[in-house]
Amino acid sequence: MTEACHSQWQYNFAFLDENTKRMLRRALLKAVAIPGYQVPFGSREMPLPYGWGTGGIQLTASIIGQDDVLKVIDQGADDTTNAVNIRRFFARVTGVATTSSTAAASLIQSRHRIPETPLQPGQIMVFQVPEPEALRTLEASEVETRKLHAHQEYGLMHVKLYEDIARFGHIATSYDYPVMVNQRYLSSPSPIPKFDNPKLHMSPALLLFGAGREKRLYAIPPHTRVESLAFDDHPFSVQRWEQACALCGSHDSYLDEIITDDAGARMFVCSDTDYCQQQQEGKA
Amino acid sequence: MYVAVKGGETAIARSWDLLAAARRGDSALAELNLGQIRQQLRLAVARVMQEGSLYDEELAALALKQAAGDTVEAVFLLRAFRTTLPRFASSKPLDTAAMRVRRRVSGTFKDVPGGQILGPTADYTQRLLDFSLGHSSEVPPCALAANGVPQPLPSVLEVLAAEGLIEAEQPLPGDPEPADLTRQPLMFPADRATRLQNLARADEGWLLGLAYSTQRGYAESHPFAGEIRMGEVSVSVCPEELGFDIDIGEITLTECQMINQFAGSKTAPPQFTRGYGLSFGEAERKAMAMALVDRSLRAEELGEAAHAPAQQQEFVLYHSDNVEASGFVQHLKLPHYVDFQAELSLIRTLRAQANSSAPQEAAHD
Repeated sequence: MTEACHSQWQYNFAFLDENTKRMLRRALLKAVAIPGYQVPFGSREMPLPYGWGTGGIQLTASIIGQDDVLKVIDQGADDTTNAVNIRRFFARVTGVATTSSTAAASLIQSRHRIPETPLQPGQIMVFQVPEPEALRTLEASEVETRKLHAHQEYGLMHVKLYEDIARFGHIATSYDYPVMVNQRYLSSPSPIPKFDNPKLHMSPALLLFGAGREKRLYAIPPHTRVESLAFDDHPFSVQRWEQACALCGSHDSYLDEIITDDAGARMFVCSDTDYCQQQQEGKA
Repeated sequence: MYVAVKGGETAIARSWDLLAAARRGDSALAELNLGQIRQQLRLAVARVMQEGSLYDEELAALALKQAAGDTVEAVFLLRAFRTTLPRFASSKPLDTAAMRVRRRVSGTFKDVPGGQILGPTADYTQRLLDFSLGHSSEVPPCALAANGVPQPLPSVLEVLAAEGLIEAEQPLPGDPEPADLTRQPLMFPADRATRLQNLARADEGWLLGLAYSTQRGYAESHPFAGEIRMGEVSVSVCPEELGFDIDIGEITLTECQMINQFAGSKTAPPQFTRGYGLSFGEAERKAMAMALVDRSLRAEELGEAAHAPAQQQEFVLYHSDNVEASGFVQHLKLPHYVDFQAELSLIRTLRAQANSSAPQEAAHD
């Protein structure tokens, strides 16, 4: 190839070639048909590092169209550097409209949060997943974990949760809290705080999960049962704060703790920047 | 509908400017051009092409320049470019026996047909810093430089194969088309062709460490360097619409065939076994390490106890890719505020409970 050819290099709409997008969409259809099942797919090497959202980016690239309005968040915020970078990538390779408003978005890519504003029918949420295998920390071998899923053999996880209770008096998992999807597959909700787990249950939106490095994708279709694992005498509960958000006064949102001076003074604010903004404007 | 976002965007743009300035360094010094990198840093170029899985010296040189010499970053850049390229054809299997050899050594026989050929090796330099390279110097022309060995050299291992002393290398039944790991996910158990493909793309440091571990008691396979050869090999394709082979060019390769200790069974007498390594460019360390690890991964097939890390497919193959590893190790610098907040809440709860005088059981309620 000549240098002139290189300098005029044109990428396809949304970076991936159409055959790759078709491969991804076929895998997604399988994922939707078997909620919570991890579908192996031919993950491509993306121009962003593995572990930084390559799975989510590929899913978004495979389904985004000219008319979509894209929102990208990281830690609930639209302005964290990785979210900015991914949104910019899609603006560059698709030219589609972007937004920070949850309600205005048709497609939301996220790392570590589900927005506070309830999702709507027709919306699609794409999660970036570092480790799709909920059992990985308990069983290192992929050959073994695939067998455990095939046999719906999830005793390892129940024992782990029981041991937490025996040792700490609580289930000591605060994020990436394991869920049972459609009463069949044990799944990782991605590293969202367990605060967000209830939003997965019977969600009106389509929830897609992409793990690029691990080459797996899975889905929770709209209106699917999603239960967070628990015991009768130790029911599932979510994080609560004594404080309200220092900016918008919300009592219902997930809060970030910010250290404000050398003496260790703390301030608590919404992690979801769009929600916080809406609340502040609502009051004004 | 576009809503401007705060802070991050400007900060990122400024970081690009700083990176560009740092890459260029002192503008009073001449800028590197790609030809210089290709010619004078050829081994770095070869490694980037090998682990980047793309034989294009110009692009590898560009990646190295852009990455300011960071090999793994250059591999990443080349891979991210390669991923979008259409596949026009698959090449015919390369014939390394027909290589235009520039270097060929065997550690198993004092002399071999065609002789031992050292070629452009650093093996017998005395690793004293050559201060004359510190300033411009003219190298006297070397008459040998342009020439490989004119006739093809038979593989050293053929001598052993003719006597039946070493296992034959046979394609799998039906000679199935090899998997393409850049198009299909790695699944287990992985066949040897898939494993070799993974090892070919693997980080040289990872392979080197694993190979070394097999020599230090973790999966000893008693290797001998049967043959190492380096030189140029023709690549040909057979386009469907034409139906005959076309030479599309020549690439530089390093091939290593290890001879390892025997396997035998009730029906077959003991035979030497093989480990295989192949790499773009002059890359002997990589090819040799690959051959050792290929052999150690054959433990199960050869009925050996697979107790060492280098014998475990999932361990070796899942962690060999430096672009995957680099990304995931470094993703820890991304914000994790939300999860860390969740952990903070949890640990405060647990500590409050531990510090309270109330009995543990009561705290559950």
